[in-house]
Amino acid sequence: MFKKLALRSGRAVYKIAAIILFLVLWEIAARFHLLVSATFLPPFSKVITVLYHMALSGELWRHASISLQRSLIGFTCGMLFAVPLGLAIGWFQKLGNFLSPLLQVFRNMPTLALLPVFVMFFGIGELSKVMVIFWGVLWAVLLNTIAGVQDVDPQLIKAARSMGTSSLRLFATVVLPASLPFIFTGMRISATTSILILIAAEMVGASRGLGYALYFYQGNMKIPEMYGYIIVMAILGVVLNYVLEALERRNFRWRDAGGIASE
Amino acid sequence: MSQAVSAVSATSGIELRDLGQSYILRDAGKKSEFVALAHFNLQIKAGEFVAIVGPSGCGKSTLLDIVSGLAKPKQGEILIDGRTVSGPDLDRGFIMQGYALFPWRTVRKNVEYGLEVKGVPKRERPEICRHFIHMVGLSGFENRYPNQLSGGMRQRVAIARALAFDPKILLMDEPFAAVDAQTRETLQDELMQIWAKTGKTVLFVTHSIDEAVLLADRVVVMGTRPGRVYQTLAIDLPRPRTAAGMRVSAEFGWITRKVWELLQEGQGYMTPETTPKTSVSDVAEQISAQVSL
Ligand SMILES: Nc1ncnc2c1ncn2[C@@H]1O[C@H](COP(=O)(O)OP(=O)(O)OP(=O)(O)O)[C@@H](O)[C@H]1O
Ligand SMILES: [Mg+2]
Repeated sequence: MFKKLALRSGRAVYKIAAIILFLVLWEIAARFHLLVSATFLPPFSKVITVLYHMALSGELWRHASISLQRSLIGFTCGMLFAVPLGLAIGWFQKLGNFLSPLLQVFRNMPTLALLPVFVMFFGIGELSKVMVIFWGVLWAVLLNTIAGVQDVDPQLIKAARSMGTSSLRLFATVVLPASLPFIFTGMRISATTSILILIAAEMVGASRGLGYALYFYQGNMKIPEMYGYIIVMAILGVVLNYVLEALERRNFRWRDAGGIASE
Repeated sequence: MSQAVSAVSATSGIELRDLGQSYILRDAGKKSEFVALAHFNLQIKAGEFVAIVGPSGCGKSTLLDIVSGLAKPKQGEILIDGRTVSGPDLDRGFIMQGYALFPWRTVRKNVEYGLEVKGVPKRERPEICRHFIHMVGLSGFENRYPNQLSGGMRQRVAIARALAFDPKILLMDEPFAAVDAQTRETLQDELMQIWAKTGKTVLFVTHSIDEAVLLADRVVVMGTRPGRVYQTLAIDLPRPRTAAGMRVSAEFGWITRKVWELLQEGQGYMTPETTPKTSVSDVAEQISAQVSL
């Protein structure tokens, strides 16, 4: 029992050993001015202290909450648009053939390059930020959904059809469940993208948000605060990815081979 | 026991009238027509077990696709109980080459699929599922996903799924080709028992002569290019039969030998009788046709 616990915690330490090592090196490098001056690279411990105070004062939450709100709205709108569209494009071949050249063109436009265009169209307020996230999250989900529908095993469609299944039922009971893992993978990719895009979008014409705070502190040479926000963003991305991965594993158990023990 | 799981249900006879099928091939921009099936005629009595043997590519799957209603024949028609078939329906259960189980559904939910399509009330489904899962020997595995089952078990699920909605006809396309020899014998014996119990009409496609002779009342030997009925052979071996029992039966050996000869003839291989009929140029033509594919 104790042995097992020790083994497990040992494994956990091993998993994050590289991170810990990196942080230790950071601390040492900063304290002994090994790489750059202390102004540009404050010690990790200092960054954490600053971050702690920003969290206590409520400032961190003020910026984080608006950022989360923007990405959530943009993300949700993107999903609501991309999933049905992807299902339709994947299912109706003619529609797919018609739209795919256009989609290829759009997809290959770098989202951030479109930011000025969005600002022109939707102003510098909330709408342009939500729209740019919407645009950014669209593609991964759309393309994965299309791929998912087109990847459905024709044998399964045949099996269902042989029982006289209606097209609607076929779609609901075969095409949709078969594409769900693809859709979910698209969502996971998009979720991380949405944070990256958001940060960049908030550096332009925003007065709140994680990206704004980062930009603000950098401009005012408050370097520890700046690093604090970088760390927050990294943690946000990691946590988001971890949660979505866990959800994926849970919901698509039928995908991985074997796994009777994983009940 | 509810009606849907009654021991012997109604069965249907099948009549295949002059079936023909061809595929359009596009090779380097050139279109050509490949005739996969031509003038295929066969009558199957209600409750009969008919096996179809033929070399790979002779059109067996093409035939079953047509009988299932999934593919429209280019020519001819199918009659079930005297009525022309226009598409797939629940009167036929199709067990395909490969198991084609829904991987996101448990064994129970897979078996239930046809019942959902059929519109069987929700509260009646569990009993029917249990009955057929038990029939194929998978009790206790109801909640497993297909990827947690062996090949033989998956095949059993596919059979249970096709039996559950109580079709009158079972169409089986090389169902036991992908399992090991021992499992295959078990499945063959089980299939014969299920057939005896349910009395369904079975159209069973196989590569294996032994399997065809073991299972069927009648074996249809197909000829190639184009696919057609070369000859049919009634199998008078007494029932009940078992895979193990047949191995030591002299009569079984004799019949399989006969089917084997018919298969050779049907493919146009040179046997003493066919030699005069087949000239060298015919063979060359056949070979070139093959190459152009
Ligand atoms: N979609 C298709 N397009 C073109 N040709 C096809 C198509 N499907 C089948 N064929 C051809 O039709 C012929 C019959 O195919 P079919 O699948 O019915 O053979 P089979 O007897 O079931 O073979 P096997 O025993 O290998 O399963 C083959 O020569 C094949 O090449
Ligand atoms: Mg086949």
